Amino acid sequence: MNMLFTLVWSATAETLAMVFASTLFSLILGLPLGILLCITGPEAQGGIIPKPLLNNVLGRVVNILRSFPFIILMILLFPLSRIIVGTSIGTTATIVPLSIAAAPFVARIIETAIKEVDPGVIQAARAMGSTTMQIILKVLIPEAMPSLVSGITLTIINLIGYSAMAGAIGGGGLGDLAIRYGYQRFRPDVMLVSVIVILVLVEVVQVIGNKISARMMARR
Amino acid sequence: MKQLNRAYGSLHAVHQISLDIPSNTIYGIIGKSGAGKSTLVRLISLLERPDSGEIYYDDARVDNLPKHDLIKQRRKIGMIFQNFNLFSSRNAAQNIAYPLEIAGVPKHEIDTRVEELLGLVGLSGRGNAPISTLSGGQMQRVAIARALANHPDILFCDEATSALDPQTTRSILGLLKDLQKNLNLSVVMITHQMEVVRDTCEYVAVLDNGSVVEEGAVIDVFTAPGSATTKEFLANLTPLTEPEEVRKDDMVRWSDEGGRFTLRFRGDLTGEPVLSRIQKKYDVEFNIRAGGVQRVSGEDVGTLICDIIGEPDEVDKAVSALHLSGILVEEEDL
Repeated sequence: MNMLFTLVWSATAETLAMVFASTLFSLILGLPLGILLCITGPEAQGGIIPKPLLNNVLGRVVNILRSFPFIILMILLFPLSRIIVGTSIGTTATIVPLSIAAAPFVARIIETAIKEVDPGVIQAARAMGSTTMQIILKVLIPEAMPSLVSGITLTIINLIGYSAMAGAIGGGGLGDLAIRYGYQRFRPDVMLVSVIVILVLVEVVQVIGNKISARMMARR
Repeated sequence: MKQLNRAYGSLHAVHQISLDIPSNTIYGIIGKSGAGKSTLVRLISLLERPDSGEIYYDDARVDNLPKHDLIKQRRKIGMIFQNFNLFSSRNAAQNIAYPLEIAGVPKHEIDTRVEELLGLVGLSGRGNAPISTLSGGQMQRVAIARALANHPDILFCDEATSALDPQTTRSILGLLKDLQKNLNLSVVMITHQMEVVRDTCEYVAVLDNGSVVEEGAVIDVFTAPGSATTKEFLANLTPLTEPEEVRKDDMVRWSDEGGRFTLRFRGDLTGEPVLSRIQKKYDVEFNIRAGGVQRVSGEDVGTLICDIIGEPDEVDKAVSALHLSGILVEEEDL
């Protein structure tokens, strides 16, 4: 019993670290990409600097990356992990493919959230003499904030799922624990506890995300 | 103030419009939907560039400014919109502060200016209110305060009262009039409501199909409409009562021969017994069908729809006499 607790505890810590780091990095990659996708889009949908060609190319790249099965992407990215963190297995190494897999997803979510900003408000901001940067930072992002928070919540939940999958190819964390102990060593109790912890994590993230988003809406 | 002349777009949303908008007045631009109003305001407020033509503010050309100067120039104009277009992520005070923030005004100066502006639009103490808790009229007041934050010389109002009820419309128009006077603003009002032009503007341009069909002082345009579009607007505005009962005597028969006349009186004339004087002098009789008095930019304008009955040359004489006494007469063919 004590051993089970220690195993699950350390695996949960690994999962949380992986999810936290990859959420952060996927946001760093995906947020600018999502904003770029939106502002270079058609003017009627919030495109403040329409660039049809760039928008098209970006959109295609994002779609290709998103349609890649995660496991395959992870294997393809082993060399990149080795370059960046020196190894291709373990918790730290998994952060690289997780971040890259989630980034296009984040980009689309950010794009959708920002497209919802009332074009009239953007027009008003332009009429007042805002620069493009000011519109992005002081209008688009704050106005879209509740949707952005919902989108980030969804990203974290997705990453919890992905990180469990990464366990199948030596990723570490709860997924790894469930496969190595639960499946390969016939320990259904470990499997069960791992799955329950993952479910609880997802639920907690969802509840917190909803709360923050609802609170923002209430203050408007 | 400016002199603009341009054709625009393959659609010709705005076609060869030249306007000279005087400073320090309220200038109305009226037109039906699709007449090109919105495009015109997007052009003169520098949100869009014209395909050809030029825009001047005072003597400075502004339609071809490089990006940096364009942004600077936009900070010197105020604009309010039909849907207010306030930032929902900011409260009233933060909305008003936005144009100051982007212009790099120091924080403490922003705070004083915002308080001042809230007072100016009659919303002192409501600065902390979230936008969604404000009524339409209050939202437009916040929008006006935001538009005036950077001390602009020009204020563009794009259908600013179209989303408001009549009472709120009047109070917003009253506010705009006061602000125009007190701050020496040049206000350009784009609207489809003739009431707005009548109650606030000094000058008006009537837009139809992307062109200006009529332009001038509101009082002149109202009393002597020169285009069909203007007349249409006026007809919707003038609540002329239909004749309640037609007198059942010989007059009815005669009215087939007489033309149908619309008489418009302005100013002092409204009080004078011009009609009876003319009736005595010439061998004519007036059969009044409908009438009413309205206030147009502070002046009374009377409208009478009547038949003038008599020998044709007597009628002609009577009409010239009406013209001579300053009454505008329109004759409609029956």
